[in-house]
Amino acid sequence: MRDIKFCVLRGPGTNCDIETKVSLEHFRCTAEILHINKLIKGERSLLDYHGLVIPGGFSYGDRVRSGAIMGKTLMKKIGNEIKKFVEEEKPILGICNGFQVLVEAGMLPGFKEEQEVALGTNSSSRFEDRWVYLVNENRGNCIFTRNLKKVLRMPVAHGEGKLILPLGLEEEYLDRLKRNDQIVFRYSYEDGTPALGKYPHNPNGSIFDIAGICDPSGLILGMMPHPERAFHWITYPDWTRKGLKGYGDGYVIFENMVKYVKDNF
Amino acid sequence: MRVKLIGIDANQLLEISEKRQLSLNLEEMKAIQSYFSSLGRDPTDVELETFAQTWSEHCVHKTFKGEILTKEGKINNLLKSTIARVTKELNCEWCFSVFEDNAGIVDFEGDIGVAFKVETHNHPSAIEPFGGAATGVGGVIRDILGVWGEPIANTDVLCFGPQDFPYHKLPKGTKHPRFISKYVILGIGAYGNNMGIPTVNGAILFDESYVTNPLVFCGTVGLVPKSKYVRKGKPGDILVLVGGKTGRDGIHGVTFASTELHEEAEETFGTAVQIGDPIEEEKIKRGIIEVRNRQLGSAITDLGGGGLSSAVGELARLFNCGAIVELDKVPLKYPKMSPWEIWVSESQERMLLCVPKENLEEVLEIFSDENVEATPIGEFIRENKLNIYYKGELVGQIDVSFLFNEIKAVRKAVWKERRHPEAKFSMPDDLTLDLLKILSSPNVVSKESVIRTYDHEVKAMTVLKPLQGVYNDAPSDAAVLKPLYNSWKGIVISNGINPEYGKIDPYWMAASAIDEAIRNNVAVGGRRIALLDNFCWGNPEKPENMGGLVRAAQACYDIAKAFETPFISGKDSLYNESSAGPVTPTLLISAIGILPDVRKAVSMDLKEKNSLVYIIGLTFDELGGSHYYKVHGYLGNSVPKVDALRAKIQIDTLIRAMDKGLILSCHDLSEGGLAVAAAEMAIGGNIGLEIDLERVLVRGKLRSDHILFSESNSRFLVEVAEKNKDAFEELFNGCPYSEIGVTTESDELIVYASSRKLISSTIDDLRKAWQGGL
Repeated sequence: MRDIKFCVLRGPGTNCDIETKVSLEHFRCTAEILHINKLIKGERSLLDYHGLVIPGGFSYGDRVRSGAIMGKTLMKKIGNEIKKFVEEEKPILGICNGFQVLVEAGMLPGFKEEQEVALGTNSSSRFEDRWVYLVNENRGNCIFTRNLKKVLRMPVAHGEGKLILPLGLEEEYLDRLKRNDQIVFRYSYEDGTPALGKYPHNPNGSIFDIAGICDPSGLILGMMPHPERAFHWITYPDWTRKGLKGYGDGYVIFENMVKYVKDNF
Repeated sequence: MRVKLIGIDANQLLEISEKRQLSLNLEEMKAIQSYFSSLGRDPTDVELETFAQTWSEHCVHKTFKGEILTKEGKINNLLKSTIARVTKELNCEWCFSVFEDNAGIVDFEGDIGVAFKVETHNHPSAIEPFGGAATGVGGVIRDILGVWGEPIANTDVLCFGPQDFPYHKLPKGTKHPRFISKYVILGIGAYGNNMGIPTVNGAILFDESYVTNPLVFCGTVGLVPKSKYVRKGKPGDILVLVGGKTGRDGIHGVTFASTELHEEAEETFGTAVQIGDPIEEEKIKRGIIEVRNRQLGSAITDLGGGGLSSAVGELARLFNCGAIVELDKVPLKYPKMSPWEIWVSESQERMLLCVPKENLEEVLEIFSDENVEATPIGEFIRENKLNIYYKGELVGQIDVSFLFNEIKAVRKAVWKERRHPEAKFSMPDDLTLDLLKILSSPNVVSKESVIRTYDHEVKAMTVLKPLQGVYNDAPSDAAVLKPLYNSWKGIVISNGINPEYGKIDPYWMAASAIDEAIRNNVAVGGRRIALLDNFCWGNPEKPENMGGLVRAAQACYDIAKAFETPFISGKDSLYNESSAGPVTPTLLISAIGILPDVRKAVSMDLKEKNSLVYIIGLTFDELGGSHYYKVHGYLGNSVPKVDALRAKIQIDTLIRAMDKGLILSCHDLSEGGLAVAAAEMAIGGNIGLEIDLERVLVRGKLRSDHILFSESNSRFLVEVAEKNKDAFEELFNGCPYSEIGVTTESDELIVYASSRKLISSTIDDLRKAWQGGL
């Protein structure tokens, strides 16, 4: 089998790169943590990798807006490389700060080649770490959620995760997201009923309880919850009650990403 | 610039010390005067500042290392004769590095060691709570980097004034406790979250004595490959300053910490508070870990108190050499800083690396790749002198041996037993309301709203989190980390602290803190426990403060020795005192244990209906300083004691029971005693519980309410499945234990004494009270 290689991209302030790398490498591939400076300086090329993950953290201190500097830097400095990467139909996953980066880069929701939506300050106005339920509402477009069960549990840990759509155009954007099958995860109750904005089930006040979306192609996924922290049951908050059988709900997301690459490259 | 010292009198010497904020006493000023007289010249400002920094209480701990005169005789070096003595006498082979570095290091697995350090940042947090607390976290993280460690978890214990303290009673220059707590918590969250280090354990306590002087304890745990723990600097090695630029922030931080707080502190010591930048520190961390992994450095230290002056001096002493430093090479935030300011600035996010010449280029490149400034500022030399240059001019030259031959402090200690009014009230008919009141009292009430603002699981290593139970809302006794991806071995982190007992007797306060830290650790399965001490006390120049300090230190020896738990590191913060008086003597004990297999960790939430509930340990009439007395308006005198030899047998047995899988849940008994522990377990499991007080093993004759709320140490509540009854009881044969209740099908906590119902409450009501709804 050919060597499959993922890029776990970090900038100054990224801090979930190691656990993300470990999650990918569980599936017998190589995941290399790469500093954005290496791409900017041209010492390395994104095109040498089969997939890209932008992990969580506080890239560039989240100055201006969360993910803004890294998102804009990517587009400005290596925009062509990224465009080519996307054209080659290679998968991209943005987790937490990585989701914010993809939004700020204009890659999500990906209607136009510019930033259209934002991840704003939580309605609670504070950073919060808590486990939430997610309902998987994707109808099959998103390559990351195939064979994924309906209701999942993962932690969120962020201060800015509330998806905001353009003022006055919310309905139009939502319709389009639904029509394109771009809605992936919504915050929900344990039974999968959407939270309908209710705190703390919807932890940040995100519109339509959206926790994760993909681009129209289904190859780029951005999500606020942390699948790498829900990889094994041992990191679940109540495994001492519920036991340790099987893998956590984040497992399949990485498995799908690796499988997609193995099948297509 | 030279400062005239030669030929001036005592008053003038003291005036200089005060005017320049040196916090040096007359004896110390005289020693400096005679040193320079013998050289036949006056000191420069750089030199004088170097002594002030190096000789400060903050840096040399002169109280703990000096002489103490007591009624019973002279104590020479309290640290060595109590705390460090435990470690020396126990001589555990798993202690890798203790009391000699920025952090203590113990063995973990194979080549990997665990470093742990806890610091305080009290005075800065009183003046500027956000910055003070944030840089407290940043500082202790650098202590871990300073032993080549990779920080993996934070722990924070915070002590504030009462949140409803009346404004009109606030002393002048004091910020309201509500303001302080809000920004301290934000500062801690901001730094830890931004650096991606989970905050996994802590406590928040309230007491009036903390109104003018909050206490902010910041701790960090890190991993160190022992084979890469390098400390072998030598003449010729280059001193590389790494990280942020140097500014006027943090000048005189250590001398500030070594005096009482006064109402103009904000004006006079405004520059003493540093400004934090966690992203800068995250980048530095990456660089340092890379330098460590490639083994390019010969030594490392953090720039904390005293800035360059302390860091360079201490390294030179350690390697028995001298150093040349060129202050004009130091990158500055703004021009026109005078050389002495550069030399003592405590600007944050800076580390000092020693690098053999042949590795310099590679090291500089590593930091450049991380967008971190790294600047060679000098080198080690053979001669034992610090030669400090500024633009080619020698602005300071000090003998390293004289610098570290500080004047021995002599303190007087007087201990006067305190008597408080005995509690006088008859037993209420129904104790439900008392329980609800205690559950909702500030020190006990749920801290969930704070815990959630800290990322406690970044790195995906936190396998026992601060909140437990069905609804994730019950308080864990300790945090468990699984730091290696290829091993199930865990690190257990816990703490013990109870200032209420400090008001009665610092000896038993210290003993109780040790017992609490250990039993919290054991409650989740922790063993092979090492301890850290953090003393926060009032002005040590006052004999009555010292009296209590000596007692607490003696308890550290007696109790930790009996538990066979060595101290591996510690810190004292004295001068926590203002015109409103000293803080209540407060000792934080932090404990770090290991768990051979994290899958065997035990959480505190009740797991099953119809299982048996046992109490382990003896209950005494020990309600002095208890929460039960507190809600009735008393402090009392019968402070909980510790019988460590008996306690040790109990915890060893409990660990064996856990390893055999006999324990479904386990919770330690602390504030609020049996009643609060039972309530918390019921809240966690959302399972009812019935307890019969008559079956609790007591010593002496106790009123039922006293049995229920006594805070006797060394006790646990455990849940055991009916089918394991015999195995459990056989194991505990010889230990004080008794079966006191069962978990039920109902949703109520019911406590009986001779068939009389003393407590009857639904779990929902308990939860509401515990979540502050009373």
